[in-house]
Amino acid sequence: MDPFLVLVISTAVKIFIFTFVLILPIIAYSTYAERRVSSIIQDRVGPNRVGIPLTLFGFKKDIPLSGLLQPLADGLKNLLKEDLVPDHVRKFFFTIAPALTAVPAFLTLCVIPFGSQITVFGESIKLVIADIDAGPLFVFAIASLSVYGITFAGWASNNKYSFLGGVRSCAQMISYEIALGLSVIPVLMVFGQLNLSDIVQHQADNGWLLLPLWGEGLTTERILLLIPLFISFVVFTTSIFAETNRMPFDLPECETELVGGYHTEYSSMKFALFFLGEYAAMIVGSALIVTLFFGGWSVGFGLDAAISEMTFGGLIHLGAFLAKVIGFVIFFIWVRWTVPRFRYDQLMKLGWVVFFELALVNIFLTAGIMMLVN
Amino acid sequence: MPSPLFYIFAAIMLIGGTMVVFMRNPVSSALSMVLSFLGLAALFVGLDAYLIGILQILVYAGAIMVLFIFIIMLLDLKAEENTSFRPAALAAGIVIPLMLVFQLTGVINNQDSLRDIPALELEQAATNFDKNTMIHKRLKDGRLPDTHLLGKKLYTDYNFPLQMVAVLLLVATIGCVSLSRKNSK
Repeated sequence: MDPFLVLVISTAVKIFIFTFVLILPIIAYSTYAERRVSSIIQDRVGPNRVGIPLTLFGFKKDIPLSGLLQPLADGLKNLLKEDLVPDHVRKFFFTIAPALTAVPAFLTLCVIPFGSQITVFGESIKLVIADIDAGPLFVFAIASLSVYGITFAGWASNNKYSFLGGVRSCAQMISYEIALGLSVIPVLMVFGQLNLSDIVQHQADNGWLLLPLWGEGLTTERILLLIPLFISFVVFTTSIFAETNRMPFDLPECETELVGGYHTEYSSMKFALFFLGEYAAMIVGSALIVTLFFGGWSVGFGLDAAISEMTFGGLIHLGAFLAKVIGFVIFFIWVRWTVPRFRYDQLMKLGWVVFFELALVNIFLTAGIMMLVN
Repeated sequence: MPSPLFYIFAAIMLIGGTMVVFMRNPVSSALSMVLSFLGLAALFVGLDAYLIGILQILVYAGAIMVLFIFIIMLLDLKAEENTSFRPAALAAGIVIPLMLVFQLTGVINNQDSLRDIPALELEQAATNFDKNTMIHKRLKDGRLPDTHLLGKKLYTDYNFPLQMVAVLLLVATIGCVSLSRKNSK
């Protein structure tokens, strides 16, 4: 077949499958997981009723699936609800703001390697939408655009609480972007490249970044490097919490001070789009943590070369990747219901005084170790 | 880059640029500028310069314009919407771009001789670099390692200017802080 045609078709199929078949259901079910996990932590029951409503069609009993259809019911509710646009808002910005939050979160998915590769009709296809040589930078660049959505939502709502929420979010995202960018530099120094597929392949061969146990991983250099890399991991993960406006850093939508924050005036699907964007950003953040620090799609323990040989070995890798990402999503949810909210000045201080310096020193520490050992 | 894509992104960039001038609301103008930057970044990506394109978004659209919009929103510039174009500003706005276009056509007309140089194949270019480097490996595979090449150029050939720019920026930052602190004492 014509290679250009193969490229176009395979890319279109990959975009469809990765975003609509894989990530959208994960987003829907992470809202469900959020409610179930929080109910476990708070010793409640949580949403456990929604199943197939057979009584609506004249049957005697419903089929309860322990609430598994709750996300579908929520989505339906949001779609059918009246879309209320208050009179005092700036209509254009009010309308595009939810889209501006959701779109960047989905765009960043395209550089995440979901699996190694599968062979279809004799063509070997990499399980990544765009295999570009600047993966992490692309994610940071596009993710930095999502601040527009939240800022415009706050400003266009023409409401003091919304505006404060928007301003807080903007300041917070700009501050933590610096720590985020600096904390990833030691990781890139170890890999020596920016291509996420190659980074994962490197980890599959030489041991995961934070678990160098197989391949050529167990050298003194790698073990010494675990110290700065672990600092990187902590700074990176915490900054992702702040970037995605998750607890304990969810000051922009802090309901005890700001009613609902930047989305106070929103209703129905526009409101849902903000949540879609937030959860998508959380999943992309988890995917990035997994890809950089925990071997991405790699199963580990030296098994990856054998799995890659198989025709559909890529699917096993896909499963491993999704399992790791879901693990991190549960971690994000667990933290939300465990750690209390920061005060705003504490948040800013943590970003500028602790993490910024820590990430900067960490770069020199990594460089020092790499220079001394070689 | 396939040419339809080039025309689409160039159109986005030009429309964004015109809207910056013609929009009355300052926030709309700023948003149009972001649109224009996105189009420009796409054009860079089309030239295989992924790093430059991404930096364009990261630095200009993602950081500088966010601060612009932040300030505009905080000041809530309502008076700006009612001002009309001043003749002097209008004349300068027409004359300066015209001069630029004139100069550009001059330069482009003189570039004909450069087209005769054959393009260097990536595998051939690999021989110019040390065998153990990432650049050599990438070029051998037929991929353009633009990030590595740019980094190598900046940190070897242009290391001194780079450090000087860094020091200048640091001085500017310290100057800003000391100037703004003066009043609070």
